[in-house]
Amino acid sequence: MAERSFAKEVEHLRLRAGEEFHGEGILAITKALLQCGVGYVGGYQGAPISHLMDVLSDAEELLGEYGVRFEASASEATAAATLAASVHYPIRGAVTFKSTVGLNVASDALANLASGGVTGGALLIIGEDYGEGSSIMQERSHAFAMKSQVWLLDPRPNLPSIVKAVEDGFELSEASNTPVMLQVRIRACHVTGSFPAKDNKRPPMTVAEAQNAPRRDTQRVVLPPASYQHEQEKIAKRWPAAESFIRERGLNERFGPEKAPVGIVLQGGMYNGVIRALQRLGLADIHGETSVPLYVLNVTYPLIESEFLEFCEGKRSVLVVEEGQPDHIAQTFGAMLHKAGSSVKLAGKDFLPMAGEYTGRVMLEGIGKFLHAHGAELLPDAARAPNEPQSSKPDTPDLSGVVPPRPPGFCTGCPERPIFAATKLVEQELGSHHIAGDIGCHLFASLPPFEIGSSTMGYGLGPASASAFNAAGAKRTISFIGDGGFWHNGLNSSIGNAVYNKADGVIVVVDNNYSAATGGQDILSTRAPNASRSTGHSIVDAVKGLGVKWVRHIDRTYDVPKMRDTLREALTTETEGPKVIVASSECMLNRQRREKPIATKAIKLGERVVRPRFGVDEDVCTGDHACMRLSGCPSLTVKHLDDPLRDDPVAHIDESCVGCGNCGEVADAAVLCPSFYRADVVHNPRGFERWLSGFRSRIIARLQARRARRRLTFDEVSA
Amino acid sequence: MTARPGEIHSQMAGVIKIAVLALGGQGGGVLSTWIADLARRRGWLAQVTSVAGVAQRTGATIYYIEAAPDKGRAPVFALSPAEGDVDILLAAELMEAGRAIQRGFVTPDRTVLIASSHRAYATAEKTVPGDGLASSEEVATAAAIAAKELVLFDMQKIAEGAGSVISASLFGALGGSGALPFPRSEFEATIRASGRGVEASLSAFADAWARAEEGETSKQGEGAPGTPRVGEPQGPAKALEEWRRLEARAAALPEPARDMAQAGLRKVVDFLDPAYGAEYLDRLDRVLAIDSANRDWALTDMAAKYLANAMVYDDVIRVADLKTRASRFSRIRGEMHVSGEHVLHLTEFMHPRAEEAIGVLPAKWARWIEARPRLFAWIDRRINCGRRVRTDGLFWFGALYLLAGLRRYRRSLRRHEIELEHLERWYALALDTAKRDYALGVEILACRRLIKGYSDTHSRGTSKFDRVLSALEMLDGRADAADWLRRLREAALQDEKGEALEGALKTVKSFA
Repeated sequence: MAERSFAKEVEHLRLRAGEEFHGEGILAITKALLQCGVGYVGGYQGAPISHLMDVLSDAEELLGEYGVRFEASASEATAAATLAASVHYPIRGAVTFKSTVGLNVASDALANLASGGVTGGALLIIGEDYGEGSSIMQERSHAFAMKSQVWLLDPRPNLPSIVKAVEDGFELSEASNTPVMLQVRIRACHVTGSFPAKDNKRPPMTVAEAQNAPRRDTQRVVLPPASYQHEQEKIAKRWPAAESFIRERGLNERFGPEKAPVGIVLQGGMYNGVIRALQRLGLADIHGETSVPLYVLNVTYPLIESEFLEFCEGKRSVLVVEEGQPDHIAQTFGAMLHKAGSSVKLAGKDFLPMAGEYTGRVMLEGIGKFLHAHGAELLPDAARAPNEPQSSKPDTPDLSGVVPPRPPGFCTGCPERPIFAATKLVEQELGSHHIAGDIGCHLFASLPPFEIGSSTMGYGLGPASASAFNAAGAKRTISFIGDGGFWHNGLNSSIGNAVYNKADGVIVVVDNNYSAATGGQDILSTRAPNASRSTGHSIVDAVKGLGVKWVRHIDRTYDVPKMRDTLREALTTETEGPKVIVASSECMLNRQRREKPIATKAIKLGERVVRPRFGVDEDVCTGDHACMRLSGCPSLTVKHLDDPLRDDPVAHIDESCVGCGNCGEVADAAVLCPSFYRADVVHNPRGFERWLSGFRSRIIARLQARRARRRLTFDEVSA
Repeated sequence: MTARPGEIHSQMAGVIKIAVLALGGQGGGVLSTWIADLARRRGWLAQVTSVAGVAQRTGATIYYIEAAPDKGRAPVFALSPAEGDVDILLAAELMEAGRAIQRGFVTPDRTVLIASSHRAYATAEKTVPGDGLASSEEVATAAAIAAKELVLFDMQKIAEGAGSVISASLFGALGGSGALPFPRSEFEATIRASGRGVEASLSAFADAWARAEEGETSKQGEGAPGTPRVGEPQGPAKALEEWRRLEARAAALPEPARDMAQAGLRKVVDFLDPAYGAEYLDRLDRVLAIDSANRDWALTDMAAKYLANAMVYDDVIRVADLKTRASRFSRIRGEMHVSGEHVLHLTEFMHPRAEEAIGVLPAKWARWIEARPRLFAWIDRRINCGRRVRTDGLFWFGALYLLAGLRRYRRSLRRHEIELEHLERWYALALDTAKRDYALGVEILACRRLIKGYSDTHSRGTSKFDRVLSALEMLDGRADAADWLRRLREAALQDEKGEALEGALKTVKSFA
């Protein structure tokens, strides 16, 4: 069950011609796929296209009505390989994943797909996770397009343009027998807008029809000599076909006057940012009418030489706005101009930064500087004066030492927190170890307060990244891997590798029942029921099946002492080979989403429900904050007491507590302090329970009154 | 097709640019959808963007909205806020407002800053052993300078009061600020149309609207320590009589130290009995004798604070006492919203060690055991384990109740002996030093702040205390000795392991 449900929005996917579609970018993409008669879709979740997978998943019934097959692929490689269905059959297929990490994983399948070429339109919708809010290394997908020669669309970030890019993408793919990548950036995925809907189309050939009438063509298999032929075909046939399609269909756009001393060439995705900069410089209006000519590359690969040279004609200078590095586009354009013997000056990364996101400020400054240098006559008087954005009054105090950093971290009640608290405790006993991290929520452990994990090499590659450290007699390594990473890649690359190479390290599989970091999608070992997928498969069995001898399963990670003792045993046991601990507890976000409404309803219906929450006795707490250093839970916070005798704030648990128990367990395991208590509030208690509680309360109250009579009491007791 | 330069820029004035800075789970998505829906209800065109993904896992997230009146043609909106180009900035937490100012999103020429003054503390603030909380005042001051208009009050409290979430009170504050040209009825209709938790949202919305309309910004220091709660003590007549005598003695103390001494007196009497209060005042008299008004009684004030803290050490008797009090039970019932229809179970997480158990034995017996390490270890193996005890049940309540009853024998118990010995050494050192170097004496007293916690935490605190005071030999006689001791103490509070302290000690060694 994913973090966000699109059950309501999915109804918009039924809109017909003549109606207006309103919604987010990802929904628009799904609608466009249906309008294009797609035959199958697949993909792997990950920001920023996680929600696209969730939409597809929630739309499964609708997809079924059209005979469209939907796969929640095991990995991006699986997703890309799925497109093989379009190699021999005229079926349109689309897969989606985040990039560049997804393309890294998928690149083997993608290269094979690109070599043989496709018959039906094959579209890869890639969520470019770059810039602010990105969770991955900063690279470009562009290089993958270049190396495998698949075409790359980068549409303007508005719904009509994105929908059109889906349509164009399929047609371009079919016209050039080449897979096409459609790149959407983070904010474009979530941008809201509208477009005129068309009727959904049934695929002309469904996957069922293809299965019942199989075809094959040895020439399409990537095997010599066919593979040599493929390379020739790419250059001699597919590329020219793509070029003429792009040119004839006008996929790239031009805005502004025909004649001007300067112009700007930009990736489609940069369009709104460039227009905003021109608006602020007084060179464009609210609708995007511009007095600087723009050449918008909705297709960033291949680049159309003739179109570009036409745009450059009569201009002194042209600025290329290309986000990220290396500047592949500018380099190609530079070579084109040089070859054509042109005198047009090409500007780009000399006015704009080589690396990093092109934010509003970067665009305004870069384009402003370019125009000052090369097209000053275009600038209105006001803008010709120095145009630095006024950041703040000079006397605004500097807050850099005040505002604390706030990186993402474990959620309230996260079951992974106690695993790392236990690891910290074991390290206090046995000293520090080399600890390898992996991709997933558990990577947050590398930040304070845990500071556990020194590397991350790729999804499911945590234990693999510790594989060099297997020297005999040396301290064992600890490596972490999530259940998502385990099924994605880790089963073979990490666990199988460790077994085969007789690795001696400790592997902790952090099993929260979902692919949690990407939004809580179900995976093979998910325990909650799933009507359309086969779940409930045991990680422990899988690990044993690979030949791991020492396996321990912890079914409640909140048991910090047990977690600590198991880790200690793993680090000290005589048993040879990898030591695998599967630490399982359900992702608290998902669990709350599942259980909270049920509990609320049950309370209303008069059923007995126990709701746990933790508390801190503020007069017992001494304000050392040792508990925070082993927790970092958002609900475990601090407050200043109304007491002149106390210097430091004391621990305090706010109302967001879900009663997971980590703080109490940690206080016990680390022998911290007796301040924590758990309050279980029983709603609708049964008769006997109520009587027993009343009986106890009366005796307790009598004892308390007895003591109060015999001593001085200063605190007020409210009834 | 070509727009003429110059006249165009004025058209941009029609676009309103709104950024929302929120933490994951604060409803930033709901708020930005409301704002866009509101604009659309008025026939405007609006666009919302956000960055989802891991940034939402408790981290800071930015939502961005642009809206403009519909002139029959689609405008080109930007997808993210730009420095110096934001009209309205909503911050769902004070430090997020600070972050917005830092990033240049709040500028005096145009930005209306609407921020909640409440704090959600970041991990970096919470893990400091001392007080690591960021300064709200500095951000509030900066906000007043950086913004064109500022609406700043505790919107979290308003939301909680209405049983809603902060997105509703932020929406109300936005309306009340008058920054958007839309009538109140449309704001409310937007909330109604969204469908969930409507009544609670509307109530939070209305309260926040009223606050914002008044143009009120919150007084800083809300929730900061103020005067202690003062209520008349209850108890047996004889004890009350003794208390009044003690109270009179404390009231006769010089003014700057009086409040602290009164608070300290209550604390020590609450810990043991009125006689212990008399001991406290006797000790204070010793400091009074060497203090004077022209020093502003700083030494007495400091002694009043830390003597009380030292005399009220955290032993198992105190824990048992605090855990079994009626006031505690009623406080928990209030905090957990327990009414007569509910049943409350209370589970305590205890982990006593041999030290704690032996601490409540008569001093002589305890010393006998302590002299036999093997016996001590044997006891530790029996005692030292985590215990979950139910204090709503009669057995464990009774056990803790009896343990708490040992307080009247405290003076003869081992822990008391240890603590008082330590206290006397420290106190004598401070007073002796103060005669030579007044300021240094004050700082020695203040070092008591380092000792806190239980078990390992307590030993770590004590060891830091010893290490800081170990510098005295090197510092004594120097004119800046007090200043250096203060620096050492502050360093000791910065991190758990005492790395900052080690560094500071090295510095002292280098010149001493």
